[in-house]
Amino acid sequence: MSKDFNVEQTRDAKQVPTRIAFIKGRTAARVRKEDAEMVMTFPNLVVKEIIAFEVMVILLAVLSLIIDAPLEWIANPEHTPNPAKAPWYFLGLQELLHYFPPVVGGVILPALAVMALIVIPYFKINIKREGLWKEHRRETFLTLVVAVGIVSLVLLLFKVYAMVMPTLIMTGFMLTPYFIKREHGFIAWLGHRPLSWWVMTWFVMVVVVLTAIGTLFRGPEWGWTWPWEGIY
Amino acid sequence: MKSLWQRLFASQVWRSMFRHGLPESNRTRAEAIFYNFFLHIHPTKVRKRSVKFSYTWGLGGLSFGLFIVLTVTGALLMLYYRPSVPQAYWDMKDLQYVVSSGQFLRNMHRWAAHAMVAVVFLHMLRVFYTGSYRPPKEFNWVIGVVLLVFTILLSYTGYLLPWDQLAFWGISVGTNMARAVPFGVGDNISFLLLGGNIVGENALVRFYVLHCFVLPVAATMLMGIHFWRVRKDGGV
Ligand code: HEM
Repeated sequence: MSKDFNVEQTRDAKQVPTRIAFIKGRTAARVRKEDAEMVMTFPNLVVKEIIAFEVMVILLAVLSLIIDAPLEWIANPEHTPNPAKAPWYFLGLQELLHYFPPVVGGVILPALAVMALIVIPYFKINIKREGLWKEHRRETFLTLVVAVGIVSLVLLLFKVYAMVMPTLIMTGFMLTPYFIKREHGFIAWLGHRPLSWWVMTWFVMVVVVLTAIGTLFRGPEWGWTWPWEGIY
Repeated sequence: MKSLWQRLFASQVWRSMFRHGLPESNRTRAEAIFYNFFLHIHPTKVRKRSVKFSYTWGLGGLSFGLFIVLTVTGALLMLYYRPSVPQAYWDMKDLQYVVSSGQFLRNMHRWAAHAMVAVVFLHMLRVFYTGSYRPPKEFNWVIGVVLLVFTILLSYTGYLLPWDQLAFWGISVGTNMARAVPFGVGDNISFLLLGGNIVGENALVRFYVLHCFVLPVAATMLMGIHFWRVRKDGGV
């Protein structure tokens, strides 16, 4: 005899407990979740959206009254500025080009970064996002040291100190909970960060550092200049 | 006074436009959402947690807000701009010195464009750190990454249009980067983008078409899908 319902188990990514749903034969296979508290979209969300938008427009308008968009001399292919800079969001890349050969800095690394971003949600390794040090502490430690060692060596080989520094600082933070065990506070919080968190935070740090260097600290011949010596 | 308003809201003309009454009860509040073309992208109820500003920082909404500001100011700028060499540059000068509020218009467009790159990036970080990319939201994250790339491309194609030194050399540096793609592919990409081997008038027209038509239309469609999927994936 066939049952008139199926039992399905589902694990919602956001909440820890496993939910069990009884799905009747003819209804859509969907797990309803009514545990979160709901509010009416109007006015609760709509009003906030309007306020946020208006504040943003006001800030933009004030900024536009104070600071003028730059306009230099008419384009002149004969006259190359030194340094020639792309807009700020590409200066991290331009900084990479300074260290690596063009194929690596201009093509492979950015392509890898975009690909890495795309595949993030398809890593099913640690969907509950458990802390890095939760299990296999010793193996984790060894893997981490080896991995960071190799990455740092390669970076040192190309003299990319701008990436070595954030890498080592991050590793320092990563290792702190391994050596100093705490139940509460900052170190305990660090200990609960999953690997994905560390990788992303490292990525963001590198992007910010490289972009900042390219924007504020690079002058003629892409040489190091301090911001007070002029921003190019 | 009050009765005047009430008569207005009850009048046939008003009711032909807005079918619901004043949003005073939960029923009419729900109607205010789903009878409205623009608002019905929202569900009538949302999770209390996700409305909290400190959860999303409003960054996705602000990305869209900036896009709207850019569309409006961009359309106005198009009235004064011709994508030809050297006219493009003189049109910029006219915007600065001849057109009323022209400089202000240009400033708004410029700063909103820079802000959008930053805000979209921050939105991505918010989504990451709240873990909102996990199933069933995987594909919306992917759409988001494409949107980030499009946002940067929009900003970048616009960068050439003033045809000043900043524009010319900024684009030259970038397209030289594209040339580094091996096996001659890079040269082809760069040739396709510039309509030639150097940044010249062909490049200006191509960037203009990309910036004012192709990319905004593509980005609008992607945003539509992005918002639709936020709901289909179960809301924020
Ligand atoms: C033009 C750019 C973009 C616009 C206009 C946009 C807009 C939005 C809006 C309005 C939301 C609703 C929640 C919120 O405001 O945070 C949202 C959610 C979301 N966005 Fe974006 N977004 C953009 C780019 C991105 C990027 C670059 C990513 C990631 C790579 C991304 C991934 C997501 C995901 C996964 C959600 C669902 C989040 C959740 O359910 O908590 N979006 N987006």
